[in-house]
Amino acid sequence: MSRQSNRATDSKKMNSELFTLTYGALVTQLCKDYENDEEVNKQLDKIKFTSHVVLHRFFQEGCAAGKITNKMGYNIGVRLIEDFLARSSVGRCHDFRETADVIAKVAFKMYLGITPSVTNWSPAGDEFSLILESNPLVDFVELPDNHSNLVYSSLLCGVLRGALEMVQMAVDVRFAQDTLRGDSVTEIRMKFIKRIEENLPAGDE
Amino acid sequence: MEVRFTRGKSAILERSLTRPKTEVSVSAFALLFSEMVQYCQSRVYSVSELQARLADMGQGVGASLLDVLVMREKNGKRETKVLNILLFIKVNVWKALFGKEADKLDGFPAKVTVHWHKGTTLMIKFDEAVIARDKTLDGR
Repeated sequence: MSRQSNRATDSKKMNSELFTLTYGALVTQLCKDYENDEEVNKQLDKIKFTSHVVLHRFFQEGCAAGKITNKMGYNIGVRLIEDFLARSSVGRCHDFRETADVIAKVAFKMYLGITPSVTNWSPAGDEFSLILESNPLVDFVELPDNHSNLVYSSLLCGVLRGALEMVQMAVDVRFAQDTLRGDSVTEIRMKFIKRIEENLPAGDE
Repeated sequence: MEVRFTRGKSAILERSLTRPKTEVSVSAFALLFSEMVQYCQSRVYSVSELQARLADMGQGVGASLLDVLVMREKNGKRETKVLNILLFIKVNVWKALFGKEADKLDGFPAKVTVHWHKGTTLMIKFDEAVIARDKTLDGR
């Protein structure tokens, strides 16, 4: 039984401008929506908020918007992985290193048109960094002073987290460096937490 | 004394406005758009409110696009007459959004109807913003 890859969908690309603008519109809307205090606290409770973050007024919008985009990214990632597996002929990865390479060289190229580099492997081999020279999400984006704490591309973290969870890998994804906050490159740090065991219903096997 | 953050601010204004070379996949955009619609839907109680929210988001996109396209294609000269604006939308804007020109321009009254075509509700609505503004200009 041969598997036919769908060539028609492979080449559907678009210029990144609209994508960048659309994401910008989304983040702007989120920041506007979360200017309200009571709203913020309610929404933040729904999304698991780390206890040590101090909810100062100027901090809230950035944090809330970041958390929401992360959750949205997670939802995207959960669906994106299927699209990815259908369109690429990549088989199951055997270890985390292979996963890292596939993410950087195949997935990022396919969806965002960029190829980040994989570096900074931890000695245990369970943590690595993706260095992005350019990021389509942040073309021409500047963070205003009152939102300097915003993790603008937090969507990306969510996407990676969601996608990997669907292939039985629990990972922690966070930004180590961000060009929007003044760093020279954007660095995403990914840490392998554990393998997610598939729960078979009782009685099976 | 206020501390001014100046990091990044001057560098961005020096960048060229030519069309970016990076191409993102349509499915990435589709997934993002779907999340946006879901987000809006979770905060409203009616379809018209949903449309209004999406339109608001689209308006920001449209405003930015207008500036960029006018700079690029028309050398900084913005169209101010209705027909010219519509032609501009048909040719330049559509090309920037969808990769090709709009099929045709039918003569229609000032009210733009919403087309339910593959999630273009967002995009059509910003035409309204441009045309509405033009109407106020003409009326002057």
